Amino acid sequence: MDVATVIQILDSAVRLMTPLLLACLAGLFSERSGIFDIGLEGKMLMAAFASAAAAAVTGNVWIGLAAGVAGSLALSLIHGAASITFRGNQLISGVAINFLASGLTVLLGQTWFGLGGRTPALEGAARFAEWKLPFADRIAPVPVIGPLYSDVLSGHTPLVYAALLAVPATWWLLYRTRFGLRLRAVGENPASVDTAGVSVTRLRWTAIAITGLLTGLAGAYLATGLSAGFVKEMSAGRGYIALAALIFANWRPWRALGATFLFGLMEAVANRFPNIDLGPFTVPSMFMNALPYILTVIILAGFIGRATPPRAGGEPYVKER
Amino acid sequence: MTRLPRWADIVLTPLLSLVLAFAISALVILAIGENPWTALRTMVTGALGSSYGWGFTLYYATNFIFTALAVAVASHAGLFNIGAEGQATLGGLGVALVALALPWPHWGVALPAAMIGAALFGAAWAFIPAILQAKRGSHIVITTIMFNFIAAALLNYVLVNLMRPAGSMDPASARFPDSTRLPKLTDLAAGVGVEWGKNTPANITFLIAVAACVVVWLLIWRTRLGYEIRSFGRSERAARYAGISPVRITVVAMMISGALAGLMAVNNVMGEAERLLLNSVEGAGFIGIAVALMGRNHPFGILLAALLFGFLYQGGGELALWTSIPRELITVIQALVILFTGSLDNMVRMPLERLWGRR
Amino acid sequence: MTLGVEHRPGPAEGPGSRTGVPAPLPAPGPAIELRGISKAFGPVQANKDIDLTVARGSIHGIVGENGAGKSTLMSILYGFYRPDAGTIRIGGREIAITDSQTAIRAGIGMVFQHFKLVPNFTVLENVILGAEDGPWLRRSLSRARGELQRLAADYDLQVDPDRPVETLSVGHQQRVEILKALYRQAEILILDEPTGVLTPAEADHLFRILGGLRDQGKTIVLITHKLREIMDITDTVSVMRRGEIVATMPTRDTSPEKLAEAMVGRKVLLDSGKTPAAPGPAVLDLRGLRMVDKDGVERLRGIDLTLRAGEILGLAGVSGNGQSALLEILGGYPEPGARVEGSLTLNGRPLPLTRTDAGARRDAGVGHIPEDRQAEGLIMDFAAWENTAFGYHDRARYGRGWLMDTGAMRAEAAAWMEQFDVRPRDPDLASRNFSGGNQQKLVVAREIENDPAVLLIGQPTRGVDIGAIEFIHRRIIALRDAGRAILLVSVELDEIMQLSDRIAVMFDGRIMGERLPGQTDAGELGLLMAGCDPATTRPQDGIPPEAAAPDRPAGQPSDAGPASPSPSKGII
Repeated sequence: MDVATVIQILDSAVRLMTPLLLACLAGLFSERSGIFDIGLEGKMLMAAFASAAAAAVTGNVWIGLAAGVAGSLALSLIHGAASITFRGNQLISGVAINFLASGLTVLLGQTWFGLGGRTPALEGAARFAEWKLPFADRIAPVPVIGPLYSDVLSGHTPLVYAALLAVPATWWLLYRTRFGLRLRAVGENPASVDTAGVSVTRLRWTAIAITGLLTGLAGAYLATGLSAGFVKEMSAGRGYIALAALIFANWRPWRALGATFLFGLMEAVANRFPNIDLGPFTVPSMFMNALPYILTVIILAGFIGRATPPRAGGEPYVKER
Repeated sequence: MTRLPRWADIVLTPLLSLVLAFAISALVILAIGENPWTALRTMVTGALGSSYGWGFTLYYATNFIFTALAVAVASHAGLFNIGAEGQATLGGLGVALVALALPWPHWGVALPAAMIGAALFGAAWAFIPAILQAKRGSHIVITTIMFNFIAAALLNYVLVNLMRPAGSMDPASARFPDSTRLPKLTDLAAGVGVEWGKNTPANITFLIAVAACVVVWLLIWRTRLGYEIRSFGRSERAARYAGISPVRITVVAMMISGALAGLMAVNNVMGEAERLLLNSVEGAGFIGIAVALMGRNHPFGILLAALLFGFLYQGGGELALWTSIPRELITVIQALVILFTGSLDNMVRMPLERLWGRR
Repeated sequence: MTLGVEHRPGPAEGPGSRTGVPAPLPAPGPAIELRGISKAFGPVQANKDIDLTVARGSIHGIVGENGAGKSTLMSILYGFYRPDAGTIRIGGREIAITDSQTAIRAGIGMVFQHFKLVPNFTVLENVILGAEDGPWLRRSLSRARGELQRLAADYDLQVDPDRPVETLSVGHQQRVEILKALYRQAEILILDEPTGVLTPAEADHLFRILGGLRDQGKTIVLITHKLREIMDITDTVSVMRRGEIVATMPTRDTSPEKLAEAMVGRKVLLDSGKTPAAPGPAVLDLRGLRMVDKDGVERLRGIDLTLRAGEILGLAGVSGNGQSALLEILGGYPEPGARVEGSLTLNGRPLPLTRTDAGARRDAGVGHIPEDRQAEGLIMDFAAWENTAFGYHDRARYGRGWLMDTGAMRAEAAAWMEQFDVRPRDPDLASRNFSGGNQQKLVVAREIENDPAVLLIGQPTRGVDIGAIEFIHRRIIALRDAGRAILLVSVELDEIMQLSDRIAVMFDGRIMGERLPGQTDAGELGLLMAGCDPATTRPQDGIPPEAAAPDRPAGQPSDAGPASPSPSKGII
């Protein structure tokens, strides 16, 4: 494997990491507030469809982005109503949201565009352009750092950089602000927040809205950055992988970056080398595709590290005497 | 706090939730510029208006009964099994291996063997998440989701690399021998001189599914194991106090659940396709969640709910055929049913309780 | 001092502005004035037309049985519930307390029975939570640090601000709760059953703190069911019964007997009809029991116990000193992941200690009334008839083979409910719909009627009304008189003294000593419960570092090594 291939794979890994990272941080906000969200997948799918549809119609990717976020937020609203207002089962609500997105995207897509659930291919201003980072050309000749900066880091769409910036932003919000303190508290022991005179409901709604915003970005990136338009079921399990990454990251923002990059890298390698020839036997492509799931199971089994989720996760808050 | 009377809790709330789900589905149909009433009529005529429609409705219902029973048994043990899809996929592999392994003299011999194969493979696929939950505390919801993906990849590999007949490009197994062909309900009806459901896939497995409902009812409410499963599902601490082993119940309940999901394959793989195809489960494992929720984890409720979803599924196919409504409408309805009966049930219950409190 | 009129003159009459922020002006009038407060939950009238006046700078006690409405009343004061009727005046001003925020602004602080702390937050973070100075944390944290130092000096409330609270002892966690209230400039402090989880020494320290607060002009409301505490530290006391305040008086004008009578509404005959025991041979013998839990903490540190036929061994101790772990291990279900060693014999035959099999333990003849009937003893959603077989569901009388004989289960349940006077007498009713006392009777009926050789009992009367307490006590004694061996674990010292033929005291995973009820008193047992053996000559030797923790100044590490001396065995 030569250097160019390595650089290509790394570059591809950054692209593939981006939707995972945004969705993973989205899940982080929700779960840190004590709300399980297995509906990341559905929200991403809905956002991908809404952004592709709006971008296709208006020809403006930013309107597409706004539509994507709106679509994702709408599903967040349902999840919030189910898990906060009506104290329902958060897991079941997540399952329902995934199906809702899976059905609605095709239903609406077929009705509006008649392309069997696809949206028209996006071109020009309907897609995100790639940004060249400053000095990319000048640093390029420097060995190691040069290609890493100008080929791997530079030349991505704005959402990639938004995702990367979201990591320190999340860390700062979580550990350096009043909101973060309360958010972490409400996921550990909502009664402590409630008795301090702070509304558990409002905190959780805020968290869920942030989740909607971030999954909206993730979905919009899928349809307008990674690909050029919406295809049926295009989220392809990424929401679940993001969930797995969240567990892997132990619900911490910097580790989320590491976990999603690892999973992005695995996907990039699988794309590049469908069947890895190891001499006596060949690793089939199916194995590479299943690897993130297998890894997650191994992580969950506690053979690598130990996952400690927020204590109040999954439980609707009922005021006790 | 006011408590609802039992009948209201068991019948009224799910019914109202269902009405809400369907009302919103109607709005969705309106929103895409179609007439909900026409849509409903198309569905009813297509699914229930002829013995042909019924044949398909019952075929689908058979799948859903098995997967919903699977979800229900796990649910009584307090475990949310989202993995029925993967377990049914593996069940299909079990059926195919049995059907192709021996020159079966008669379907009557092949059927029990195939059932054992299906159940064993389904149970085995549920065993790993179960033991990880019981011994390592890995959240079974996440692991069963992961196992769905892993099952799909595994089946893909097996079909492409191992079971594909030489020269075939199709990722599918060889056709099962004719001697393993299960009698269709048409044949049974013809046996008593009735012409019913010609060219429909409904087969003898439907009767097995109904029997499975009875067996699961006995298991849950009349056996010691069922008593232990329900105890554990309500309170793990109490179960430990009562000498009920959490590890044993988690594993046993999940394996029964996986076996039931696997048994579905007798219907779709052996009874219909007569060979193993990629993605032959077609989401029935997930529909089982909706059916179990609607049927309140009770076999009788599941039977009714499975018939309803069989109707929806067949009716949805008819819709796609005769109108411009895509069959994904059914996915939306399914999502709404799960949402309203499973997660937003308090939306119905809270006003009802207030109503009762006022009397 | 008389109620509601006088101010206690104190050094801090008129709360000063400690933090630069002016505290609410000392308005005239009493600290709390409730008029005609009523609150109903469905058909249950939790509070009925309550009038209550608490003078500024006093400690006011509220006593009453479980379910008398004490906690509801205080929850109304803290804004958790809106009253159906009535007015609240704080410092003479009428206010509507719509939520906790309003209560906090009105200067009310609450220390709940179950602490409302975030376990993995530091003390500092817990204190500022909800009372931050702005959107950025840094400023809030540095101000709180200084403020905490000042409060610690003023009120003897030392605690390390940077420790995560999950690593603190229960007594220290309670201090954090008090600090939280004081940081919010609370002038009125409500404490709900604050000593339930404390050792007598920790409780004494708490009372000193409360006294100090009162002397600085704070008003304190103490909710408790322990009459001794009321007599010790309150200035005035109110008695609640069935949602009403039935009496309010200066503490010095009353006595525990009078208070008890007012609480239950009749003369209390705490007589269980107990005759002296006639102990037989040893039935259950436990040697060298040690248990290390899954986090590596040694919870039981070498326990030897002998239960004799026809005898009740009472096991006293503050909750959380290993009693639960002991009961679970004897009951055959040690905590998952725990390492257990030691030996156990029943009538000379060894029983496995480490294996988890509560069913086999029952078959061997060990019955168990668990500490928490709702979480362990019953499946709350099951009908009463299903619960009467719980734990014994393998028995042949419920049917042979796989199927269970539901008819037999129902018949048996009906009979037992008759014998144990369980009301309502409806075997089909879900267990959660019975009152606490009747739920407990269901459990007691099941465990006694299965005729165990040994009965383990944990907190038999927690949350049970007086009538049912008497009934349950009589049944326990009747079982003893039938020659069974009984281990009674209770945190209620009165219950231990009343029922036991022999008393062992547990502290920090050890048996600190054994006494005979006639030859000891509450004082001596209290010392043992604090880990201090009064029989040894030098008391400082008898106090392990854990027990000394409450008085240690802040800054010192509180998890000093486990170098505690080996406890005296006492008489065995």
